[in-house]
Amino acid sequence: MRVVLAEDLFLLRDGLVRLLEAYGFEIAAAVESGPELDRALAEAEPDVAVVDVRLPPTHTDEGLQCALRARRERPGLPVLVLSQHVEQLYARELLADGNGGVGYLLKDRVFDADQFVDAVRRVAAGGTAMDPQVIQQLLARRAAADRPLARLTPREREVLELMAQGRSNAAIAAQLVVTERAITKHTSNIFTKLGLEVSDDDNRRVLAVLAYLDRDR
Amino acid sequence: MNTDFRHGGVREHAREVVLAGVRGLVLSVAVLPFGVAFLVLTLLSLAFVPLGIGLVTTPWVLTGVRALADTRRRLADEWCGIRIRTAYRPLPADANPWSRTFGMLRDRQTWRDVGWLPVDITAGFLTALLPAVALLYPVEGLLLPAGLWRSYVPDGGTYWYAFVPVTGQATAFGAAALGAVLLAVAWRYTPRLLGAHFRLARAVLDTPHGELTERVRVLTETRRDAVDTSAAELRRIERDLHDGAQARLVAMGMDLGTVEMLLDKDPQQARKLLAQARRSSTEALEELRDLVRGIHPPVLAERGLGDAVRALALRLPLAAEVSVELPGRPDAPVESAAYFAVSEVLTNAVKHSGADRVWVDLHHTDGMLRVTVTDNGRGGAAIGAGSGLAGVERRLGTFDGVLAVSSPAGGPTLVTMEIPCALS
Repeated sequence: MRVVLAEDLFLLRDGLVRLLEAYGFEIAAAVESGPELDRALAEAEPDVAVVDVRLPPTHTDEGLQCALRARRERPGLPVLVLSQHVEQLYARELLADGNGGVGYLLKDRVFDADQFVDAVRRVAAGGTAMDPQVIQQLLARRAAADRPLARLTPREREVLELMAQGRSNAAIAAQLVVTERAITKHTSNIFTKLGLEVSDDDNRRVLAVLAYLDRDR
Repeated sequence: MNTDFRHGGVREHAREVVLAGVRGLVLSVAVLPFGVAFLVLTLLSLAFVPLGIGLVTTPWVLTGVRALADTRRRLADEWCGIRIRTAYRPLPADANPWSRTFGMLRDRQTWRDVGWLPVDITAGFLTALLPAVALLYPVEGLLLPAGLWRSYVPDGGTYWYAFVPVTGQATAFGAAALGAVLLAVAWRYTPRLLGAHFRLARAVLDTPHGELTERVRVLTETRRDAVDTSAAELRRIERDLHDGAQARLVAMGMDLGTVEMLLDKDPQQARKLLAQARRSSTEALEELRDLVRGIHPPVLAERGLGDAVRALALRLPLAAEVSVELPGRPDAPVESAAYFAVSEVLTNAVKHSGADRVWVDLHHTDGMLRVTVTDNGRGGAAIGAGSGLAGVERRLGTFDGVLAVSSPAGGPTLVTMEIPCALS
């Protein structure tokens, strides 16, 4: 699997390259600035791009803008955005096209190599990887006034949280140490309570949940 | 209708004339004793400074003089709309008598006050008396033919009413005619005569370059506030780093050292410590992130004020609508001040208003960044001591920004902030 990597800090870039190579990824390009990233995304034809939000030359949200631009040109181009901080605002922009194949994680998540690599693979496969912090912010904001959400049991909320992060039923089952069948039951309950249409497709399902959570009141 | 109006106008004017007379009388009665007393006290007190007693009494006396002058300034504004500017130098609250005395004596305004006292008890007294005299003298003239002249002119003598020698009933009528003319003049000019008194006071008391001096005072104050705030901020950051991230990194280093030692002897324990070190690093990062957000929020750096406020609104536990109309970005310090001001106002709204909806509007017109925050809560917010809004006011003051709060009981609360700035 070919990866384009954009990160301006040498130590982090180097670490990420080593980590991804150790897990069998092929690094198509590892760049350190916005213009280089633009070029790499256009020319290297990666399966997935791992991009830091803040890049030279502007040191603003250059990386995010490059990623959004690339996805406009190649809809569904898998992009995993990394940042020192997560903002719901940015998550919303990444998810706005409704295509999936996006990830938005805190850089700290790299510490857990297995989970991080899992997230990269998920995004590359057209799935979603949202940082738990983003989901918690969404839920906290929702929880205050959302009646359907209040009807969920604590367990269902837990499942919803993991599902919104983009995890598959199997992964959720593993994390909560229950059977996959139990999770399937929980998810169908959640969808009924929230009034969402049940879908067999994992990615569609995640996007529906995220859209529900981010809907304006 | 028209006549009614005229009638009302006449009555209004009569009231004004009589009021000016009465005020003049009150002033002239009050001016002499107070003015003389304070002038004498000031001179005595200053004379006693070398003996030491003056050090204790002078601040008191000068404060009294100041109060007297301030009263006159206030009356000038209230009665005649004449503004007399002041610019006293601020004194440290905990100054000792010595520095208080000399602090006050070094203030030019103090000398202006003291110099005003002799003027006030002479010319000030006369000008205050004038409106009263202008009103009473014609009344005397009008009363002369009614028999008053008899008590003045007992036996063939002459009583001079102005330039009219009153010797009998006929000349008394002449005096009355003059009285009528004088009354007409007084009717026209009495309010202005009272104004003359205050203009005299202004000529002596007013601070030359008052506005500039006032500006300097405000700037000094806001600069001190800004420096205080940033010093406090730095202390807080230092403490947070010291107790938070720094301590965690130390713990992490220790854990890693122990891991190194245990690696061969007790791999099980080493693994546990490694996990703990990783947790510490996550927590340290978490703390640094919070700290950074408090210093300069990343979204603000990356996207500017509009999106930073939008991101802020997304973190609120209530519904928020943000509308932004900024064709460019203000300077970074202004942006940061505006951001934290909005943040504080929103926090206030969430904590105290009981609102379930807020509206934030940002726009830039006529060289002015205007931010309004409205909520549908219970109102009653005020810029008081200890409230977050006082802090916001101080923060904005550094940039000559202003804060206005309209928050009637029962709501809604409307907070408006204005900062003069250019966009780039």
